[in-house]
Amino acid sequence: MYRILQEAWRLGKVGESLSPVERRSVTNAPGFFHHSICIRHVDAGSCNGCEQELQALNGPHYSLEQSGFRFTASPRHADVLTVTGPVTRHMRRALLETHDAMAAPKRVIAVGDCACSGGVFRGSYAVRDGVAAVLPVDVFIPGCPPDPNALLHGLQQASGDIDSKKD
Amino acid sequence: MLSPRLHALGTFHRQAGAVTVWSGKLHPDQWIIAAQIIQDQGGRLLALWGEDQLDETTEYRVYAAFLSESGIVLTYLSIEPHLLEFPTLTDIFPAAQRMERALYDLLGLRAIGNNDQRAWLRHGSWAEHQFPLRKDFCTNDLSEDEESHYPFHTQKSPEGHEIPVGPVHAGIIEPGHFLFQVLGEEILRMEERFGYAHKGIERLFQGQEVVAGGRLAGRVSGDNTVAYAWAFAQAVEQIAQVVVPERAQWLRALCLERERIANHLGDLGAIGNDAGLAFALTQFQSLKEDWLRDHLRYFGHRYLMDRVRPGGVAFDLEPEAVTTLRQSGQLLQEHVDRLQVILSEHGGLRDRVVNTGIISAERAAHQGLMGVVGRASNQPWDLRVQFPSCPYDQLNVRLAQSTDGDVAARMSIRFMEIAESLRLQKEILDHLPEGHIEIGLDIESVSGTGIGWVEGWRGEVVMWLRLNHGHISRCHPHDPSWTLWPALEEAVLQDIVADFPLINKSFNLSYSGHDL
Repeated sequence: MYRILQEAWRLGKVGESLSPVERRSVTNAPGFFHHSICIRHVDAGSCNGCEQELQALNGPHYSLEQSGFRFTASPRHADVLTVTGPVTRHMRRALLETHDAMAAPKRVIAVGDCACSGGVFRGSYAVRDGVAAVLPVDVFIPGCPPDPNALLHGLQQASGDIDSKKD
Repeated sequence: MLSPRLHALGTFHRQAGAVTVWSGKLHPDQWIIAAQIIQDQGGRLLALWGEDQLDETTEYRVYAAFLSESGIVLTYLSIEPHLLEFPTLTDIFPAAQRMERALYDLLGLRAIGNNDQRAWLRHGSWAEHQFPLRKDFCTNDLSEDEESHYPFHTQKSPEGHEIPVGPVHAGIIEPGHFLFQVLGEEILRMEERFGYAHKGIERLFQGQEVVAGGRLAGRVSGDNTVAYAWAFAQAVEQIAQVVVPERAQWLRALCLERERIANHLGDLGAIGNDAGLAFALTQFQSLKEDWLRDHLRYFGHRYLMDRVRPGGVAFDLEPEAVTTLRQSGQLLQEHVDRLQVILSEHGGLRDRVVNTGIISAERAAHQGLMGVVGRASNQPWDLRVQFPSCPYDQLNVRLAQSTDGDVAARMSIRFMEIAESLRLQKEILDHLPEGHIEIGLDIESVSGTGIGWVEGWRGEVVMWLRLNHGHISRCHPHDPSWTLWPALEEAVLQDIVADFPLINKSFNLSYSGHDL
């Protein structure tokens, strides 16, 4: 019995040398960060439509935490930065400072048409036409706004193979 | 009829359209007098904005829209290019203060007598002598950095300390900065600093066609998209002088009420959550999500974006949809009733929300508050009640009102309005007229100005539009948050810092709609 449990749960005895942890080959599993994933969100000038969908993720229909994701208040705890809005010039610095405050490895997701390309605000004097103009973006989630399923899918993509990035 | 005292000041003529609008030009000397007359009669300032008219009439214009008992009074001043000044309205309508500061940032017209001349929407990304709403605005020397120094009205005290919050907040909300001065836990003063979400929407409108303009209007504040899209459509239809099919008007009202319900559900859950009652958040989020899924299924978009457009609506309801929506409305009312009992009997929640974040009726009247916040402080304003357009003129909307002015009052207004909107939904679904959902708009050659005015879920949304041969030459969307944000600074005084999220959520104002 102990041997079966040992096999299943990788139990060991004190003093025993650790068996090397196998890497999981499924690239879209949150396990690639080797822990559940914390998300820091920055609204860089969205119309607040995308915020509504991000908030909906926390609701019982989607139950985000069950999928291994959690929104966090501090960028210091965050693995993934979600950004909405076309990046207004007035929010650029706050966005960069939030990104800087995150520990590597970290990933950036552009949420919504505006964050992907500027959306309806593209071309304005006051915006940068998307997150990619100021930060390296790992995953783009288009939509106006993208629905919670699209957001979940994008989050799972971002949590995938982190080693292939030069973080 | 317009008040005779206003008629004496100048020529006001009535614009045709769904909204009663009296418009007229004023001399700068009469600007203050007209505002005073309107205030004496219990009116309010709705919006204030400006326009570069150098090409057509070699002048700048400052517009002010007031609410009077006879409808909207829309007045404007002509300002010579060498003067660039106009008299402030802040002594009569305090809500004018930030609007006048923004007007300077965007158009370079200075309100003389406004005792706050700090930049409001301009942070430093464009030069001080550049003004984005002028036709000669130069986009070459836009700066990448940085917020310029903003002189807060701080009062240093040796005992107290400061808590700066934002623009990035802990939750999933929009960007803005709040500077708290606290003594122990008590908030002595709170000052807002906005403009982080400034996207240059007003300049983007310029030159757009009506269809693109409608899409942009629906994204001024995403949670209020129906109200903005409808207000924009009203303005276009007023200029084009078309009457939209009745079925389209009823479907628009259905969208507006469903948007109101969705937002009120979300707010009630979030207020509960900020008071530590996660149960409320889970329950209301679940109800809201089902509601949004019905939006997608029967209307075509979870938040009803682009459903209302100039000329009509972009969807139609099948008879089966009408039946299903009627049933789901009934079911929602039962759920909400049950939750209202639980929330109102929950001691822990009541401890937090009763007598928290109070705005007295006197202060609310002084500041000209309206919408949910105004109605919770005994300000009985609701366009659907006082100035009903089709179909509200046939629906007899009941006004939700409370006198307490605290977080609990703002919650109870939301409960009342959910019930009333569900009743309206039932009325609309029961009596939905047959007919077309859209009328063809021939606007290629149309020029002129129009105004739209819709009671959104936060409060009234105003949209002023000038079309030039079917293209937008100026559009000013106005969010109720302009008037309501300053009230939040007052509401938090003498409360503790931990109550701020709760009070803020009970207002739930728009940053995007304000920063433009």
